[in-house]
Amino acid sequence: MAQNRSGADRHNGTGREQLDVAAIRRDFPILARTVHDKPLVYLDNAATSQKPRQVIQALVDYYEQTNANIHRGLHTLAEEATEAYEGARAKAARFIGAVGEGGAAGPDEILFTRNTTESLNLVAYTWAAENVKAGDEIVITTMEHHSNIVPWQWAVERQGAVLKYVEFGPDGTIDLADVDRLVTPRTKLVSMTHMSNVFGTINPVKEVARIAHNRGALMLVDGAQSVPHMPVDVRDLDCDFLAFSSHKMLGPTGVGVLWGRREILNGMRPFLGGGEMIEIVGREETTYNVLPWKYEAGTPNIADVIAFGAAIDYLAALGMDRVREHEVELTTYALDRIGRIPGVTIYGPKDASQRGGVVAFTVDEVHPHDLGQIVDYDGVAIRAGQHCCQVLSTSLGVPATARASFYVYNTPEEVDALVMAVEGARAIFAAEVSSIVAR
Amino acid sequence: MSLDDLYKEVILDHYQHPRNRGQLADPDVATRGHNPLCGDEVLLAVKMDGDVIQDIAFGGRGCSISQASASMMTESVKGHEVADASALADGFKELMSGGGSTDGLGGNEDLEALQGVKKFPVRVKCALLPWTALLEIIDRWETSGKNSQN
Repeated sequence: MAQNRSGADRHNGTGREQLDVAAIRRDFPILARTVHDKPLVYLDNAATSQKPRQVIQALVDYYEQTNANIHRGLHTLAEEATEAYEGARAKAARFIGAVGEGGAAGPDEILFTRNTTESLNLVAYTWAAENVKAGDEIVITTMEHHSNIVPWQWAVERQGAVLKYVEFGPDGTIDLADVDRLVTPRTKLVSMTHMSNVFGTINPVKEVARIAHNRGALMLVDGAQSVPHMPVDVRDLDCDFLAFSSHKMLGPTGVGVLWGRREILNGMRPFLGGGEMIEIVGREETTYNVLPWKYEAGTPNIADVIAFGAAIDYLAALGMDRVREHEVELTTYALDRIGRIPGVTIYGPKDASQRGGVVAFTVDEVHPHDLGQIVDYDGVAIRAGQHCCQVLSTSLGVPATARASFYVYNTPEEVDALVMAVEGARAIFAAEVSSIVAR
Repeated sequence: MSLDDLYKEVILDHYQHPRNRGQLADPDVATRGHNPLCGDEVLLAVKMDGDVIQDIAFGGRGCSISQASASMMTESVKGHEVADASALADGFKELMSGGGSTDGLGGNEDLEALQGVKKFPVRVKCALLPWTALLEIIDRWETSGKNSQN
């Protein structure tokens, strides 16, 4: 029977030291497929993760057994759907430590959105509109994803405020002294990625939050890359907002989370108007629902939120400490193996304990775009390009990189497969085509 | 569909030994083509002599397909009249757009080698990048540059 137990079950309460990757892999149907007649080696997890059958089954179960609109029907299906949807919210809250002692925080601080991008935009359109004034400052970094740049460019334009950048250094890290210098009493918000999707850098957001709070600013943490891969506790970070996405953490696409402190969320105007978010609608005036529904206008993505709950269950059973340990080990191995390829440059911190399982690199003779295409023929899926980080790309002076990113189901053998495939790409481009040159 | 369709020798040769790569001292028209998704960039400049593309040079950074295509393009249009260059660009776009005909390439074998790119839809925009830049240069030459030269 042990053979049939899921990867998550095997860890649940067992006190195992390491992830049972073989058991985990059996939970992911897609890992059994081939690409160009080679076993799939999926190393594009920073873009989106694969989904275990538990998550896929949750979607099927919902549509086959429970489907109903939530919060309004009096019938059994509506009650069950509501319970499952709100259950997922409670799971998300527990997952990031938003369930405080004595009920100081809780699921009502979890807002479901479409993705991290929408979560960031929600803050930019609501909180920033009322709290950022002319001459105020918003501070971000040059390693941010476009979703943590563009909404702030628009916000400062609307409010007549100023956008300031903390620059990253040659190793892809930021200096807290720069943060200390750039965050002033005029700063209203510091918004920063917890883990860079290019460098893998884990930023000291806890220390940055302290600096921000000392100057009277709020701290928003973009957790799109960190929440799926390491323990994240909002009480420990002492941040004010945390944004992340379901689809990068084994859950379905179309679900994002914005966590915010209750008093801040209560003080903000709603984002979208419509059903669900209202209390009383008059001809001219409307009063709003309480948290979290105040921010969830219209029928939400019920099925995917419920399946996201199944993804959280899966990760919680593995244990985020173990997930992190697995990735540190795999990243250490990858940094070493990829680093030995002749002509390779790896970006970001060299020490895996300082970074997540994201390894961006270039190879002298082979453009990243060609590299991505060629390794695909060996079944290896990586990302190539600017990774939605053009400001980073420009600052670094490297127009494009290849990026391998890992998750719970990846193995050292898959890192080997990547290295072999990169060597194959080098062979294609290293060969002098002398017959043609000579003509 | 195999990688050999994409990475033909003649393409790799143009990538490794690009023709007309560099800068022009005194170009009549210059432009920058950019593909924001992958970071490919082609800088293109021409020196005109009447209606003839007297000299052409390209720069920038990008993948093998974009840079090889740029090299082939410059070699194909250098010394030719603008109308011929424009027709060749249209022929190349037709080849890449799925029509698949090499009729518009005037028997240019190097360019015909790029037809394998069509089997890799995400790479088509790489191959087209320098040609789009060329058409922009021609357009700007026709609308303004032409008159100022005389």
